[in-house]
Amino acid sequence: MPQSERAKLGRTGRALAAGSAAIGSACWALPARAQAAAAAAPAPIVDKGDTAWMLIATALVLMMSVPGLALFYGGLVRTKNMLSVLTQVFVIVCLVAVIWVTWGYSLTFSEGGPFIGGVSKLFLAGVRADSLAATFSNGVYIPEYAFICFQMTFACITPALIVGGFAERVKFSGLMLFVTLWVTFVYFPIAHMVWYWDGPDGIAAAAAAGDAALAEATARAGAIFQMGALDFAGGTVVHINAGIAGLVGAIMLGKRVGYPREPMPPHSLVMTMIGASLLWVGWFGFNAGSNLEANAVTAVAFINTFAATAAAGLSWVLVEQASGGKPSLLGAVTGAVAGLVAVTPASGFAGPMGSVVLGLIVSPICYLFVAKVKSRFGYDDSLDVFGVHCVGGIVGALATGILVDPALGGQGIADYAAQPGTATFGYPGLGPQLWAQAKAVLLTIAWSGIGSAILYLAIDKTIGLRAGEDAQREGLDLAEHGERAYNY
Amino acid sequence: MKFVTAIIKPFQIDAVRDALTGLGVSGLTVSEVRGYGRQKGHTEIYRGAEYATSLVPKLKLELACPDGLLDRVVEAIQATAHTGTVGDGKIFVQTIERAVRIRTGETDDAAI
Repeated sequence: MPQSERAKLGRTGRALAAGSAAIGSACWALPARAQAAAAAAPAPIVDKGDTAWMLIATALVLMMSVPGLALFYGGLVRTKNMLSVLTQVFVIVCLVAVIWVTWGYSLTFSEGGPFIGGVSKLFLAGVRADSLAATFSNGVYIPEYAFICFQMTFACITPALIVGGFAERVKFSGLMLFVTLWVTFVYFPIAHMVWYWDGPDGIAAAAAAGDAALAEATARAGAIFQMGALDFAGGTVVHINAGIAGLVGAIMLGKRVGYPREPMPPHSLVMTMIGASLLWVGWFGFNAGSNLEANAVTAVAFINTFAATAAAGLSWVLVEQASGGKPSLLGAVTGAVAGLVAVTPASGFAGPMGSVVLGLIVSPICYLFVAKVKSRFGYDDSLDVFGVHCVGGIVGALATGILVDPALGGQGIADYAAQPGTATFGYPGLGPQLWAQAKAVLLTIAWSGIGSAILYLAIDKTIGLRAGEDAQREGLDLAEHGERAYNY
Repeated sequence: MKFVTAIIKPFQIDAVRDALTGLGVSGLTVSEVRGYGRQKGHTEIYRGAEYATSLVPKLKLELACPDGLLDRVVEAIQATAHTGTVGDGKIFVQTIERAVRIRTGETDDAAI
């Protein structure tokens, strides 16, 4: 085969260190391909340090949802709706955790097509205590149960984020049905598209076996992965995905009764600050844990998560001050969350200075959407899930394609096929990488936007999705749950 | 007997109470209230959304005193609740027709 053709395949087959890709178990390597590389492949290593870190990271990400996100959102609603938000977030986490171990994991992380996984791991079939999942280093594995748990927390928090779009007016039963269908038809497919691949050893074995095998292995990865789009910890899968679903929900459910005529100030910014701070701490598990190992790249993701968040909290307050207002607590914590969102896809790819720049840039853009665009177009995105998560996610996704450049202090993109058995790092250039990022963003927005719209419509026409006017006036706490947040 | 109602700034309560106790006023009822007078409300901004708050938090004091004590009571409240800025509040005085102490059945001046 001509050299140019080989190089092209090598590029196509570049196994990107994209987030939480994985391969089912140690026995994933089917005999024909495994034998070709058997001589070269070392025995898989399961490191106790990696396993311990991944279990801690998993618990940290759960803490982001409950109580982090629940308090962050809960503080922003009025007193009469506090419990409805806490209940929605908590029960969504419970619901999706059960869905994840029954059919979610299989649809996301077992072999299927480019858009969705298969059914071979329904009810976690075939997964045992000694099953392994690939990481981003050749020959290094973690227990598959650890990987399943880590990914479970991502599936749990994403639909919980959507609640921010239509808080204070959604019917609980309709929401639960929506979440069940949404994770199945939107989240699992997109997570599969972005994160499913053959793993470092799979690509190495395929590359050693020849171009045909490499092309075949590459074609098994998810559609967005194959585009070469980078998403370290879920900027597209989690934030753009939830953000656009929240916006579509805000528009389709209609405005809250009284919006924007009646004042609807946050009932407790104290809760919101506690929630945002728990999100920040938990996000170290989210981003640094997405490396699936405890090593140098984990530390890169950790420092980026620290630096970008701080810069974004600072720049939001500066924007408030510059636009004639006062520096507010809500502004500082909103900026920090925007920074966390933006650095999510970039966390394992950028350098610390790139992250600071990203943090400084993302807050003014999100501020524009939250404070100006929302009132200009009049949609009632109650808690700004679109303005912060979708917009911040898009900024982060595009910036990742720039900041990964080693010339800008980035880490470069891992190629597991060029020298099978190890990773080499390169950068395809600004144009191609930005285009790959943009395609991933557009596909996510289209899939989630259209898919969510269909689900909202179907549920609204059947069991109903919007709480009635009386329920909204009384407050969802009493109307939907029969209890109140504060009895004093 | 006179009934005195005073609307004051919340953080002036300790000074007012000390002064009244010093005069021998033996009881006081305080409520947290909201209202407006010449002091306009303020603007709150949450993520760019402005809310004008037209009602300002105040404390409402209610007390009863013998006629002879009235002038000094009004003077004491006026002096201690005073800050000199808009929103210091108001004092209203009414005549009480009758007063009864529930525990003993004592009436009028003996009851307050």
